[in-house]
Amino acid sequence: MTRFLFKRLLQLFMTLIGISILSWIIITQAPGSPIALTMDPKVSPKIIEQMEKNYDLDKPIYQQYFLWLKKLFTGKLYSFKDGRPVLEKIGERIWNTLLLNLVATLIIFSLAIPLGVFSARRPYSFLDNLGTFGAYLGLSIPGFWLAYLVILATVKLFGYPVLGLRSFVIEGLSPPEIVLDRIWHLMLPASIMAIHGIAGLSRYTRSSMLEVIRQEYIRTAKSKGLPEEVVYYKHALRNALLPIITLFGFLIPGLIGGSIIMESVFAWPGIGRLAYQAVLARDYPVVMTILTISAVLTLIGNFIADLLYGVADPRIRYQ
Amino acid sequence: MEQEESAKMRMKTVLLSFPLLFLILLGINLIFVSSRPTPMVNQLIISSIGDASYLNPVLAQDSASSDINGLVFNGLIKYNRDLQGFVGDLAESWEIRPGAEPEITFFLRKGVLWHDGKPFSAEDVKFTYDKIMDEKTQTVRRSDYELVKKVEVVDPSTFRVTYKQPFSPGLGTWGIGILPKHRLEKEDINTTSFNRNPIGTGPFRFVEWVSDEKIVLEANPRYFEGRPHLDRIIYRIIPETSLSEMELLTKGVDYYGVLPHQYRRMNEIPFLKIYSQPSLSYTYIGYNLKNPLFQDKRVRQALTHAIHREEIVQYVLYGFGNVISGPFPSHLWYYNPNVKPLPYDPIKAKKLLTEAGWRDTDGDGVLDREGKPFRFKLITNSGNDIRRDVGVLVQRQLRELGIDVTFETYEWSVFLKNFINAKHFDACILGWSLSPDPDDYMIWHSSQIEKGFNFISYVNPEADRLWEEGRKEYDLERRRKIYWRIHELIAEDQPYTFLFSPIGISALQKKFVLVERDPSGREIYRPIQMEKAGLMYDLIKWYVPRGIVMEK
Amino acid sequence: MKGNGTTSQLKLVWKYFKRNRLAIGGLAIIIVIFFVAGTAPLLAPYDPGKTEVSLKLKPPSLKHFLGTDQLGRDVFSRMLYGSRISLSVGFVAVGISIFIGVLVGAIAGYYGRWVDSLLMRLVDVMFCFPTFFLILTVVALLGPSIFNIMVVIGLTSWMGTARFVRAEFLSLRERDFVQAARALGVNDRRIIFRHILPNALAPVFVTATLDVATAILVEAGLSFLGFGVQPPAPSWGNILTEGRTYIFDAWWLTVFPGLAILLTVLSFNLVGEGLRDSLDPRLRGRR
Repeated sequence: MTRFLFKRLLQLFMTLIGISILSWIIITQAPGSPIALTMDPKVSPKIIEQMEKNYDLDKPIYQQYFLWLKKLFTGKLYSFKDGRPVLEKIGERIWNTLLLNLVATLIIFSLAIPLGVFSARRPYSFLDNLGTFGAYLGLSIPGFWLAYLVILATVKLFGYPVLGLRSFVIEGLSPPEIVLDRIWHLMLPASIMAIHGIAGLSRYTRSSMLEVIRQEYIRTAKSKGLPEEVVYYKHALRNALLPIITLFGFLIPGLIGGSIIMESVFAWPGIGRLAYQAVLARDYPVVMTILTISAVLTLIGNFIADLLYGVADPRIRYQ
Repeated sequence: MEQEESAKMRMKTVLLSFPLLFLILLGINLIFVSSRPTPMVNQLIISSIGDASYLNPVLAQDSASSDINGLVFNGLIKYNRDLQGFVGDLAESWEIRPGAEPEITFFLRKGVLWHDGKPFSAEDVKFTYDKIMDEKTQTVRRSDYELVKKVEVVDPSTFRVTYKQPFSPGLGTWGIGILPKHRLEKEDINTTSFNRNPIGTGPFRFVEWVSDEKIVLEANPRYFEGRPHLDRIIYRIIPETSLSEMELLTKGVDYYGVLPHQYRRMNEIPFLKIYSQPSLSYTYIGYNLKNPLFQDKRVRQALTHAIHREEIVQYVLYGFGNVISGPFPSHLWYYNPNVKPLPYDPIKAKKLLTEAGWRDTDGDGVLDREGKPFRFKLITNSGNDIRRDVGVLVQRQLRELGIDVTFETYEWSVFLKNFINAKHFDACILGWSLSPDPDDYMIWHSSQIEKGFNFISYVNPEADRLWEEGRKEYDLERRRKIYWRIHELIAEDQPYTFLFSPIGISALQKKFVLVERDPSGREIYRPIQMEKAGLMYDLIKWYVPRGIVMEK
Repeated sequence: MKGNGTTSQLKLVWKYFKRNRLAIGGLAIIIVIFFVAGTAPLLAPYDPGKTEVSLKLKPPSLKHFLGTDQLGRDVFSRMLYGSRISLSVGFVAVGISIFIGVLVGAIAGYYGRWVDSLLMRLVDVMFCFPTFFLILTVVALLGPSIFNIMVVIGLTSWMGTARFVRAEFLSLRERDFVQAARALGVNDRRIIFRHILPNALAPVFVTATLDVATAILVEAGLSFLGFGVQPPAPSWGNILTEGRTYIFDAWWLTVFPGLAILLTVLSFNLVGEGLRDSLDPRLRGRR
């Protein structure tokens, strides 16, 4: 087991290096410097050059890469946009994104699995077909479009505040009310983010269940005289859920990507939004760091998924 | 049997409980949210599209930061309400001694305190200047002070600047916010936490900044002009214009910069007052004068005649713009009112083009000359709705004349680096956001072609001379004559087609008033007026009287 | 295995596909959209670029089926031309990703050992990147032209296909017919492309169809953030984005492009899933 772990960690590390180098190449190929974004007619180009020099932008690319690494690990990496330490900027927002994704994930799992299970119970029935169509719809709807329409409808029809982490007028509210307010602000974006996931996972659960039901051992259990319900829920479900566990690992990478649009629409102060703003501002340190961090999270997520799968299914261990 | 039954029930319960929980929570929230009271507070809530970057006047470049810095910091002087002269800010008075190396001596107010209680002095001014000139400081303001020969602290309340040569725009540059030496002298100004937690001398002091959400300021009780009447000012960051509109309607914000298409709706709201004011910016089409197509003055004049600018203002800006005839904001003292914009006249345009040798000789609908068709590419930056719409309209209007225009948008930094600065373009739609001082030397002087902002490569020796004179002349009337003449020259040459200067619209809740004292010393309330210097020129006098009750 | 085997396989697949009503519906819609995209110049009642500012922001009517935008352009005509962009982005991007994916998967699966390790390491690295963020970054930095968008989406979506194809190759290469070909001295390239590949392609069709759906959504997402196909060229994504500012004045600028995207993506998803069901021998028995 230890050797397995060690090998995996080594692979992880190599992959990580590859990732950071690739990201760096991509970003620095980009035209346009972060300084020259102003067109203030009073600014002389000499000054712009000097400012670029201060950001080490005049050094060769590979040198900038090592400088970036050094600064990152010594905590001296500063954003181009507002001079704050990059890790600080990321740190204050990453929990917001995590929270949002966690809640979305909970919603997905809690709605999709029952849906999938009940669908598989009576396949091709009317309800099942309805569910199937609904799932396809959910997979195909452009998330930001739906989000936008829902926000506007809520605000126009009900006057409820929807943007951001919490309502603006927060004084005079008791602590439980504040908590409820935070939950409300979480619900809407998380639910819309979850739609895609619910659609996908319910379909996956359904087909997983269907496959398992056909398996030999289920037939054996049935023929042994166990009531169908028990067979269904205890045995089939447990085995169908196995692959789903690994999906947990894959949800972490979705953290950054899926969030960008939703966070922008809901003005949610998370790293998705930070990433988008950083791209616009050519804030290389922030973009690089976010790319690398999300890659690290992905690797960790995969690793955990592998471990979980190994634990859950004894046949897979020591592969 | 029972065991299996309960197993079944357990399973079902577990599976169903989550969705139920979710729905219950949602329900509670909806009920709770609808019954929220609105507080009555003596504060101003401003809606901002973007978050600030640096709360440091030396480093900040974006408007959100600058607006806030204007409240937290003071300069030595500031523009008066007509943008035509100066009033003292941190300086009570000043003297200009003319000569080959003019001096400005500022006599600073005594007894001014920083927000942390420490006293302000000329040392702070010198410190600010040194920081700006320090090459390690990431500031774009250095160019403003390049002609300064030296500065000196004569005594704690007197600060003297000596220039290398006469430079009239120099006085205006001392409006920059002054930084506290005692707080910053040991810090790296680019990365200091001060930039997120500033102290200044201004009427409002910093309270907190929640990234991407809000920035809160509160009244400075020891402000040298007297405590502001408002208790707090809050900047709320709302990135979406349709949502800011909603917040305004539900009274979640008090002040908002309205877009032209929203004006009609906003104007009908009884509790909002709408103000409008010409801005200090203008939008133009710049022609690359190195391109042979645009080298004949008649061609440029023809293009301006062919573009229906009034229609653009009417339909793209909903009427909120002025068609201008030259490179200055239309409501300021140096705009020459005698120079009228070229009228929309496609017939005259055709005539001018024919005179310049352009005809449709091969009947393909496109004008040509010496076998070459009149074809060019018009570009602008993406993300700007107005420029995008203008480009499309201009393209159509010029097509009708027989000029084949393609229109494309590019992302801002790409646009600047690959096209504008590299001078690889035919024509572009851009805008200038100007300061109240007329010295636009960097845009128009021929010395600024290589590395300055004269990217269209405009050369006019008489105008060059006038630009140089204008920055040396201190007398207002003489300066006016100089800039009026420049205006005439540029209007004649049409190196740009000056499209329009937008009129800014703002909406403010009616509950705000100005507090002043009448001759007998009593406090009276007056309505807030729009000034050339902006609606918030008298911000320290703003107030929400208690008698006014906010309705939901 | 190849030759007439393929044709009768296709017939079989079609037979099961036909029975899936949802999939057929999806296919019908796709055919309609293709037709529309192809004949847009004939179908469009107005020139999509023709501005008529006096007619700005008019609601849907008999003269303008889907209303007009802020410059008086006919939304219906713009949507018709926009279908071209959505479809071409989808197909070209997926074409690129399939090409790369098949190539990588085939080589990795066939040669195995260190080639396989190296290529799979590359796949792992690519998988680690948050795809949408990566696409956004590269498109933003290089400039949002339709070409860049297609290429970048293509370059970031090939990994799934590669894995599938590799898995197929790994299993197929031990089969008799491959051993026989090798023994006969047929060179590697022929074996890969003419013998193994046709049998490995089945799952690729499924992923390709589903990937087109994803690519269209990605382009719409990019447009929403301002980095999709740029105006004045009409794409569904940018009509939607331009319309955002006017949402309270002109709901049709938001609703119709969104519906069009939804419908198109839905049809591709339905067809893709239908293909998957038809190709999976275990599911066929059920119907």
